[in-house]
Order: sequence, then C-alpha cells, then structure tokens
Amino acid sequence: MGSIYRTLPGGVLRDIALSCLAVAFIGLSYGAVAVASGLPLWVPAAQSVLVLAGASEFLFIGIVAAGGNPIAAALAGLLVNARHLPYGLALPDVTGRGWRRLLGSHVMNDESVVFALAQDDHDRKKAAYWACGLGVLACWPAGAVLGALAGGAIRDTGAFGLDAMFPAVILALIMPALRDQANGRATRRAAVLGAAIALAAAPFLPAGLPVLLALGAVGAVAIPQVRR
Amino acid sequence: MKDPALVVAGIATLSAGTYAFRLAGPLLRRRIALPPRVTKLLEAAAVVLLAALAATSALTEGHGFAGYARPAGVLAGGVLAWRNAPFLVVVIAAAATTAALRLLGVP
Repeated sequence: MGSIYRTLPGGVLRDIALSCLAVAFIGLSYGAVAVASGLPLWVPAAQSVLVLAGASEFLFIGIVAAGGNPIAAALAGLLVNARHLPYGLALPDVTGRGWRRLLGSHVMNDESVVFALAQDDHDRKKAAYWACGLGVLACWPAGAVLGALAGGAIRDTGAFGLDAMFPAVILALIMPALRDQANGRATRRAAVLGAAIALAAAPFLPAGLPVLLALGAVGAVAIPQVRR
Repeated sequence: MKDPALVVAGIATLSAGTYAFRLAGPLLRRRIALPPRVTKLLEAAAVVLLAALAATSALTEGHGFAGYARPAGVLAGGVLAWRNAPFLVVVIAAAATTAALRLLGVP
C-alpha cells in the first residue's frame, strides 16, 4: 500500500475514498433490502464478497425474493456482469501476474476500471486500479453486513417505505447509462419498452421470467439504433 | 426463501461466472478485440434488465398491483436521480415519500 500513496496524487486518492464511501452506502441499502425481502443475512454477506458486483447482486436477490428460481436469477446476474469481459479487454495490464492476477481480476469493477482509465501513465493506472479495487472489496461487504443487521432489527419495513428503496437504488445505478450522450436515447427507449414488456407479463408469468423477457426490447430497439 | 441449497448453487454460479468474465478479459486482450457495437449492446442489455427489474419491483407485488405509495416513492427517487442528486438523497427520498403516503393512509 505504501507505493500507492507515493504514486497517486492526493486528489485522486480523495476521489477514490469518496467513491468507496458511496459504495459502502449502496452496500448498506443492499443488505437492508435483502433482509427486508425475507432473505437471511448470509445471502447478501456471501454475495458481497464472492460476486462483488452490486447491480447483479440486487438483480439476484430481487428475483429470488420474488420467488424466482435462483439459477435463473444467477444467469440474469451473469448477463449484467458480462460487461467485465470488455472491461478487461479495454484495460492495460494492471492486474499483474501469478497470484496477483487472481486477486487483481476479482477487484475489477465499475469504479476501479473508471479510475484506472482516467490516469495518465501506467504506474498511476495500476495504483489507482488497486487502491479503488481493494477499497471496494473492503467497503461493499462491510456495508452489506451492517445494512443487513440494521434491516433485520426493523420489524415493519412497509411503514418506513423500505420496499421503495430497492427500485430507487436500481434507478440511481442505471441513470448514468440512460443519460449517456452517445447511446442514451437508444438505451432509454429499450429500457422503457423492456419495462413495459415485463410489467405486461408480470400478472401471468412466474417471478423472474418477466424481467428476462424484457431483453426482447434490446433486439427491437437497441440493435438498430446503437449501430450508428 | 426457497430451498437454501438451490440458493447456494445460484450464488456459486453467479460468483464463478462473474470471476470467469473478469479473468478472461486480461488473458484474451492481445488475442481478440470485441467490436465497440457488441460492447455497447452488452451495456444496453444490462440496463434494460435492470430497468425492467426496477419497474416490476416498484409496481407489482406477487402477480398483483403493489399499491400507490411504493411507485410514488420510487418516482420521487427517480426524478431526483435524473437531476443528479446524490445517491443517498435519492434512496432516502424514495423511502420517506412512501412512508409519508402510508402514514396518510394511501395503500
């Protein structure tokens, strides 16, 4: 860790710390939402360490808590996490070799990739990637477990509006992609159509399936429009 | 919750698959290049999945309507998120709006 302090300017370290703090807050809501939907503490705890990818974990607990099949929920989560493959293709070699690559690959996430890509030279990219990656590895599970403990202590989650937190969290997570200059318009249309498909199917199909059906919207809207 | 063993299998599938995606990128980097269009479509597919999840979890409970208080709270949070409010403000506003409406007797 000493080399990280020497390599990175203070401003970058502060931004990374703030991002990790934000991750911890999302973790709090994640843990609270998981237990509020009836899942035991070990589900968000295990996922926060082993999966370490927030959006897919929210998707997983959303489908499982609604009564969906956990394997189908995992496949839906994998679809969300497929973006890590192009992340790895886009990054220069920051993960290192040997056992370092094993840990370095695990701490690849939206935040660590963004901070790595934003630095000028290779040493700084590597330092930023590891600082942010390890920070998220510490903050995300810590937040999730604390949130699960706090959420489990609240008896009537409906009275506190905790059931509105989960969809709001997801909206906040996808907002940057919806506002994106290049593809935001196509993505917004696909998202609205996908949401409509899922809502239309929800009264008739088993939990989890309506969300997967929404992918039809990608074929209908995004493929023709993203081409440009 | 469903059969815990099935949930463990689901978590194992998601963990192992996600790790494989993370490991594959750096290993493949010099061998293949994904066209930017494929990358963008993967991103769009993830956003569509999450948007559908937000919509169904805001508006439905089981196979029925979730009531008005919950989607109203989510809408408040969504508007704040669109206007670049901090994450914490978005989430607390959503919960507070729903809680306030329920206090007033809105289902």
